[in-house]
Formats: sequence, C-alpha cells, structure tokens
Amino acid sequence: MSELAEPSQVAAGEPRVLSFSGNMTLARIRSITRDVDVQPGERLIVDLSEVDRMDTVGAWFIHRLRRDHEVELTGASQEQLDLLDTVAAAADRPAKLRPDAPPPFSRVIAMIGEAVLQAGRTLLGLLGFFGALLITTGEIIMRPRKLRWHAVVQRLEIVGVHALGIIGLMSFLVGIVIAQQGAVQLRQFGAEFYTINLVSRISFRELGVLMTAIMVAGRSGSAFAAQLGSMKLAEEVDAMRTIGVSPMEALVFPRVMATVLAMPLLAFYASIMAIFGGMMLAWAQLDITPITFIQRAREATPVNDLFICLIKAPVFGIIIAVSGCFQGMQVRNNNEEVGFRTTAAVVQAIFLVIVLDAFFAVFFSSIGWI
Amino acid sequence: MAEADLAKAADPVGEPDDDIVICVRDLKNCFGEQVVHEGLDLDVRRGEILGVVGGSGTGKSVLMRSIIGLQTPVEGEIKVFGTSMIGKDETEARNIRRRWGVLFQAAALFSTLTVAENVQLPIREYFPGLDQDMMDEIAAYKIAMSGLADDAGAKYPAELSGGMKKRAGVSRALALDPDLLFLDEPTAGLDPIGAAAFDELILDLRNALHLTVFLITHDLDTLYAICDRVAVLADRKVIAVGTIDELLALDHPWIQEYFRGPRGRAVTEHSGVRRPGQ
Repeated sequence: MSELAEPSQVAAGEPRVLSFSGNMTLARIRSITRDVDVQPGERLIVDLSEVDRMDTVGAWFIHRLRRDHEVELTGASQEQLDLLDTVAAAADRPAKLRPDAPPPFSRVIAMIGEAVLQAGRTLLGLLGFFGALLITTGEIIMRPRKLRWHAVVQRLEIVGVHALGIIGLMSFLVGIVIAQQGAVQLRQFGAEFYTINLVSRISFRELGVLMTAIMVAGRSGSAFAAQLGSMKLAEEVDAMRTIGVSPMEALVFPRVMATVLAMPLLAFYASIMAIFGGMMLAWAQLDITPITFIQRAREATPVNDLFICLIKAPVFGIIIAVSGCFQGMQVRNNNEEVGFRTTAAVVQAIFLVIVLDAFFAVFFSSIGWI
Repeated sequence: MAEADLAKAADPVGEPDDDIVICVRDLKNCFGEQVVHEGLDLDVRRGEILGVVGGSGTGKSVLMRSIIGLQTPVEGEIKVFGTSMIGKDETEARNIRRRWGVLFQAAALFSTLTVAENVQLPIREYFPGLDQDMMDEIAAYKIAMSGLADDAGAKYPAELSGGMKKRAGVSRALALDPDLLFLDEPTAGLDPIGAAAFDELILDLRNALHLTVFLITHDLDTLYAICDRVAVLADRKVIAVGTIDELLALDHPWIQEYFRGPRGRAVTEHSGVRRPGQ
C-alpha cells in the first residue's frame, strides 16, 4: 500500500494513466492530493484495480477528477462504483456552510442598538417583576395562609445557615486587613488606637453588609437564577401555572422573603466577625488587649451604625433575590441561556447593591447619622 | 514519516476474526447496589444492522456507553474490531475510536458551532493538515449525504428541528468514514414520516458505506423496516438475538408482550413491506 499514484509513461496525445493503489481513505487524502498533479483539461485513465479500500473521501476525490477532467475509469469494482454514485449524488451541490456575516459597520450599529434595547427591556422587566412581587406580597398579607412557610424555611437554611462559614471567614479576614492597613496609616499620626474606631465603625456601616451582599449574590442570587431557569426550561413553571399555582407565590416570594430575613442576620454576623478579626490583629500587632478593644469599640460606635447596617441589609436582600428570580424567569429556548442569565443575575445584583449603597451613604450622612 | 504511520495505524487492512465487529462477553455493570448488567454476552456481525430493544431501565444505553468506552464495566470483556477495549491506553483507544461514529439521543451537536463546523471538528481533530477548501467540500457532501438541505451547513443547532438535528448528528458521526455506527434511539421524538425517512437514510447509508450499525430503539417500525437482527435486553442480560421471526418463535413473556402486544401486532400485520436482505 505504499505508492499512491503512479503516473505512467505518457505518449504524446495519449491519455495519461493514473493507477491508484492501497487505501484511498481520509487518512491518506492529503498525500494523494499532493502526489496527483493533473493539468486542467488533461485526458486521464484512472485505474482503481489495485485499490484495497476506498471510503467516501476517496470516492469524492475520484469524483472530483471525473468532474474536472476527461476521465476513463477502469478496474473499479461494483462496490466502488456504487460508492462513487452515492458520493456523486451528494457532492457538488450549492451548499452553504457559513452564516452570512453582516457588514462590520452596520453590525456595530446593530449591536449598540440591540444593547440599548436590551437594557431598556431589562429595566422595564425588572420594574414589572418588582410590581408583580408587590402585588403577590399584598395578596399574601391579605391571606396569610397563602404563605409557604415550609419553602421559606428551607430557603432560609440554604441562604442563611449554609452561608455562615464562608461569610464568617471572609469577614474575619477582611477585618484583619482593614485593621492592619489602618494601623499602618494611623501610626504616622501616633493614632494607632483609632484603629479600633476604624474597624468597628466601617464594619457596621459598610463592610459587613456590603461583603455579605456580594457573597449572597454570588451564592444565592446565582442559584435562584439557575434553579428557576432550569425549571422554566423543563416547563415546570408552565405546569405550575396550568395547575393554578402562581409561580410568583410559590417560587419567587419564598426566595425573596428568605433572603430578606437572612440578610440582616448575616450582615450583623459579618460585622461582628470583621470586628473580631480586627481585634485579633490589634491584640497581636498593636498590643491592644481584647478587653480594651471591646470597651473602646463600644464607646466609638453609635447605635446608629447598627441601624444603618440593619436597614441596608434587607433592601440589598430584595435586590439580590429579585435580580436572581427575574433573570431566572427570563430563560427561554436553550440551556446556554441558563448560564448567561445566571451571570447576568449576579452582575446586576452586585451593581445595583453598590449603586444603592452610595445613595444610602449620602442619605445617612445628610440625616446626621455620622 | 509520521503521516504514513498514522495512516497505517488508522487503516488496518484485515483482522483475525473479521466477521464479529463487536464482541461483548460476561459484561457486568453496577451503579452502587443496583446491578444493571450481569453475564451479558453479545456479538455484532460485520455489515448488519443490529437493533437493541428492552424495557426502560434495562440498560440499553449503558451497554452502548460501555462499548464506546464512556462507562467502565465492573467485569467482562469488550472487543471492538477484534481489539479488547478495556484497559486500553489513550493513544491506542483513539485509533479504534476513530473507526466508529456515535449518534446520541439528543444528537449532542456542539451548540456553539454550525452544522458544518460540527462535521469538520472530528476531521480537524484527527487530520489537522487538511486545508480548509477540502474540508469544506468534504463537509458539504457529508451534510448532503445525511439528507439535509443545502443551506443547513451554515445553521446553528438551535435553528434546526428535531429531525434535522438527528441528521446533522449522523453527518458528524460519519465525518471520519467509520465502519461502525452507534445510534441511540434515532427515531425517538420524530413524527412518523420523519422517522420513516430516517430509517430509510440509515438503511441507504449502511448499504452505500458498508456500515455496521448498533441501533438502540423503542420503535417497532424501525425494527421491522431496517434491522437484520434484534437483541433483546431483559433480566440484566441479552436474553435473545435473532431475526424478528426467530424472536417471535421464542416463549419469553417480555418478547411475546413486546411483539404481540397491541402496538407490536399492528406493525406485524402491516410489515410485509420490506425487510433487509430479502
């Protein structure tokens, strides 16, 4: 099976003989095309009597020779002729293999337009979704028996209890970092002691709740989007509607409520853990004993800081849960959408949380909770 | 000559027991406590279309996955093209693997690639040196051979109907010109006309390309229309293999129920139509 094609001696005006031997398969098509060098319009005699095995690619090659040149075929078995016919019937159709690409300029314009429309639609959709959630909440307040406590508790465990470990560890470490960096700066004024003020106040006012919100968005907001998205794909949501169960009531409300309940608890816990981290660092590096630290922290932190934490947390909880559920409910068509929507849910939730946090900061300063 | 070596490895001319393409002996598969197969034996002969039937949960797909190496059996031996597939190292397994094509139940087309790119992917993987024009022409005739429309190559799987997806799946399975084709419930979810056309396609392809086909199905029409032999999976093993007539002569309750039940009877009565090899 070594030689592929042997161009034999060519007498002038006589057709050239190409004898193929061995395998004419996909594995060898590259060397076959390289070795066979045929001039356009040349007359050929193609001899297949020595070919052991021919697959569709080999047949396609012969078919191409026959299409482009004047070829007399010899030595082909019936099997090979059948294969040639099969391939010939399928080849040379005006096949389209690539999607039409629009011209670059109009494509960019179209992409910008699409993005604007998409942003508008998302905003409207989110508002509409929030409205529907409020209506459902109103209905549940009117008829409290509609509240699915079981689902709420189940979600609360996943959103809240299961998050304790990671949020605690993260806050503890952030507390250490804040204390350490703060101490380095404050040392320049000889005001190392104020590290305590820094850590305890920033933990309650900003860090605890913000870090918790980010973690909950990553853990639970994404999970909501993915869960509801795959339920939507499997037509579970539609099934629910046909049975007469409102998905808003059965799926969305328990998740939102669980997140709203979990967020203040987690945020408070995160703040305490951050302060604990700061305390450990202060003890280890600044020689401030825990007793002193706690005493000083109590003096330095007004109770308003705690209120700020506890007011912001449930609001962030609503944003995270609503983004997650909204994006999940937008899933349509295919599995890829689930991943896309999950990402969108997390990005949207964190973005909105931070925007709102800025508003809160200005608001609380202007009402004098400094 | 790396290319020559590859060509040699990829194109073995003949093997000792040439007529048995797949040989499964004493196969055992478990999922935890649950035993799916035990002492399962099966032979698939060269050039035949073997239908594999069995109730839901009898492990038809698991058997296929074991043969193609996606599931490592607990015990037993599996030989494909006369080579034992269990404990094969990756390079050797690759050379065997390129001699078969698989159509999964939901076609399993890569959703981010067009149909043409799906077909070219295996070719590109095994023969990276081929130039794009040639690949395009090859993909075009493969797509046409599987009975898709001329513009189907440019489409993404999400734009295809169920039947077209299956056809695109077949054209990808045929990309490397395999000798052996595995089909997992190819006609499930197709309308009767589409299913009949698909049966026709498989039969035509087998005849034109001399394929051996391992076909899992629930579709009695498919069994009657195109299968040369049928293997029945029950009680964790293959309880019978044979033509439908041979199976009908057996006295196993499941087989009788299957072929003589209301649906089976309806097909049996109208199946004078055409049988392969007759």
